[in-house]
Formats: sequence, C-alpha cells, structure tokens
Amino acid sequence: MRPFDYQRAERLEHAAQLTAEANTLALAGGTNLVDLMKLQVETPQTLVDIGRLPLGTIADEGEGLRIGALATNTATAVHPRVRSEYPVLARAILSGATQQLRNKATTGGNLCQRTRCYYFTNIDQPCNKREPGSGCGAIKGIARIHAVLGASDNCIATYPGDMAVALAALGATVEIASERRSRSVPVRDFHRLPGDTPEKDNVLEPGELITAVTLPAPVGGIQLYRKVRERSSYAFALCSVAAVIDLAEGRFTRADLAFGSLAHKPWHDPRITDLLVGSEPTLALFDKAADLLLEGARGYGENDFKIPLARRTLAAVLCEATGVEP
Amino acid sequence: MAISINGQEYPLPEDPRTSLLDFLRREARLTGTKKGCDHGQCGACTVMVGGLRINSCLSLAITHEGDEITTIEGLGSLTSPGAMQEAFVAHDGFQCGYCTPGQICSATAMLQEIAAGWPSDATQDLTATPSLTDEEIRERMSGNLCRCGAYPNIVAAIRDVAGAEA
Repeated sequence: MRPFDYQRAERLEHAAQLTAEANTLALAGGTNLVDLMKLQVETPQTLVDIGRLPLGTIADEGEGLRIGALATNTATAVHPRVRSEYPVLARAILSGATQQLRNKATTGGNLCQRTRCYYFTNIDQPCNKREPGSGCGAIKGIARIHAVLGASDNCIATYPGDMAVALAALGATVEIASERRSRSVPVRDFHRLPGDTPEKDNVLEPGELITAVTLPAPVGGIQLYRKVRERSSYAFALCSVAAVIDLAEGRFTRADLAFGSLAHKPWHDPRITDLLVGSEPTLALFDKAADLLLEGARGYGENDFKIPLARRTLAAVLCEATGVEP
Repeated sequence: MAISINGQEYPLPEDPRTSLLDFLRREARLTGTKKGCDHGQCGACTVMVGGLRINSCLSLAITHEGDEITTIEGLGSLTSPGAMQEAFVAHDGFQCGYCTPGQICSATAMLQEIAAGWPSDATQDLTATPSLTDEEIRERMSGNLCRCGAYPNIVAAIRDVAGAEA
C-alpha cells in the first residue's frame, strides 16, 4: 500500500471540504477501498475517514424510510421495516458478500464500490477505468463477468453489487451533499454508462458525499431478488433480477424490475414496466419483456451466455411472481 | 488514542497503513488471528469489533480508536478453553488448524446474530425468527474457508454449542 495522509472528519462539512481536494478519497467501511489500496489500484494522497460521522441512522421519513449513508449493510438488512416492507432490499443485501463484510460495508460505500473486472484490479493490465487511455484488456480478453448491455468500446465493466439493484427496482433516491449544495438523484440515475469516460462510475463530483438513501412509501406486492452466481454463497452475481410485482384481476398492476451484473449500472428499462402493466401474465409476454431488455445486447465471447441467462432469469422471476407455469 | 483488545489497551499504530490484522499480530503480538488471503476472501482473520465479526485484514487499525476488539485469545485459553473451542476439538472441526481461530470467532459471533433474530440468505421467511438448521449454519459461515475441508465437523461443532445454549 502506498503511504497516505490520514485525516478523520469530525463533521459532514469538514468531510466535504477535505474530499474536494485532489487525490483525496473518503473511507467508510473500507471493505472495497482498503483492498484496492493494497492492490495499488487506488493510491490516494489523503484518506478522509468519514466512518464516525453521524450518518448511520435508519428512520421513518413520511411513509418511506431514510437509510443513512453509514448504516451498515447488516443494519439495513435486519431492520424490521426493511424485512417486512422492502423484502427485495433485505434479500439483495443478504445475498451479497458475507456477514463479516456486511457488518462493515455501508450504504454509501456499497453504492460507490468499484467493478470487479480483473483488468481493473490488476495494475499490470491495461484498463481505461483505472488509467484512461491505456486501453481495455477485457474486450478481447477474459470477459466472463462483463457487461452485455450499455457497454462502450472503452469499457465493458459491470457494476457488481446487489443492494443497488433492489434500490433501483424500489425507485429509491440518493441524497448527496457537498460544501455548497445538497441534491437528490434517483438511484436509477446515480450510476452511469461508461461511454468515453469509464473512469467515472457514477454522478458524484469531487467533494460530494452520499448522506442517505431514501425509500418511497412501501407498495407491498410480491418482491423477489433472484441472483445467479457461480456458487451458492459468497459470490458476485452473473445476472440478477430485482422485482416488485403486483397483480389484480389476473393482470399486472405493478412491474418494477431492475437487473444486476449485466451493465455498468443497475439496469432499469421503463419500457418493460409499460409492456407488462395492464397485461395478463403469459410466457409469451415474458419473452417479449426479455426482447425489450436484450434489444442491443452484445456478448464478448466468454460472456455470451449472459444474454440467454438474463432471458431465463427474467422469465423465472415473473413465473414465480405470477404463478405462471415455467 | 488507544485500541482495546480483549480488555487490554494498546496505543494506535504510527503508520496509518497498518491493517487491524497486522496490528494484532505484529504490534499487540496476538498471533492467534491468522493472515490467509489478506483480501477479505478467506475469513482466517475474523475478529469481533464491539461484538460484530469483521475481516481484520480489510480494516485500518487507526480507524479503531476506542473500539473493543475480541480475538481468539479473548475467547479462551489452553487451560480454560471456551465452549466453541472445546466443541471444535470434540468434533474434529479442523485438520491443519490455520482457519480455525477465524472459524471460531466467526461461529461465536454468528450464534449471537441468531440469538438477535437476524435473517440470512438461507432464511425462508425474513420476518420469522430464524432457526439454526445446517443450511443456515453453512450460509452464515460462508465467509470462512477451510482448505482441509473440515466443513461437516465445523457444522457439527457449531450445532453442538447452539444446542447447548438453546
């Protein structure tokens, strides 16, 4: 690990001021950042410890729920209202990492975690995300875990997390603060596609910190998180689907879906909701939904399997939610 | 400016790069906690901070000022082993023993999580009180790898302690 200057932020304003400086990173749970510093993927000159800021509260906000940026993944997943009213979120979090990691990992840090692309985490390899202009090793290399949607010629990395996929299905909002202003961004717009600037994972600007994630009022219905992975525990998703579904009189009245590990961001396509809502659930309809999801999908050899996998995972989730025989 | 480990105070490290794991082993000379992968993948470095299990390799020691750390040395000794330590011996829950301190710290914290009613990915009904089935034990212990493959006996040891507590 490269040497760095350690500073502990005592107040949010202080943290925002410090992290606005160049070559400065904020440290919360550290489960991803400390690892990347060991690998010298991240080499901050200054590390600002924000872990003791009072941002760990989970509290009712109107009919919804406000989850502080420093609430741990464990605290969120075991919260009584998350378990009963937002089960897709509890399921997504519990399907990720291990209890040891979830005890440290925070809400804000989880949203900001970096890709697990093997070229990104190996400083001997080219990577436009780590070192803009150095090229992408994955495009003609080992691309098993990589994106099939929304990738660019510069980067085919995926956002690897589970929590954000559930938050995208739930229509949650990220609260962001800096020295000068506060703003809110829908989770669906927080992460970005790589385009020509794959070094930017999300819309946070220097000096901006996530302060909370807010969940809208609970909507009930059937909430599912289906995660397909190489082994049954402690593995990143190859494809995941978060679903918030409701039916009345044999037709969809709600179909909010988000997809993980297929793109540089949790994938949400409002056309799928438009297609499903008002329709009767059938296998043919589910196939049409997959057509919309995978319009423009492109594999890079080793990850070609993700395209049919996403189709089947979507169908499996919709069958489970609606009772249609697979 | 101190960290409490098993009830004893230690001054914080001078180099902020020092992981909690390296701090335990090199500065506090508590070598029960093991370094396996050093990347949060194997669980050999598992300790408890304020009763919660974490990977000590992924945490900077300097961030733990004022925290109370419990390591394997805090769970028992040769002359007075803890219940989980005795159960691992009784059930042959290891071969080489390298992952064992992490397994035992992890298992000890895990029983407290069960007692607190926390669900896991193996819990069918998220709102129900979880029961300690073998499936639950395996899921909840998935952050602790054992290259010798002593898993069935580790599960048996944990089941034994959980049964005794229930």
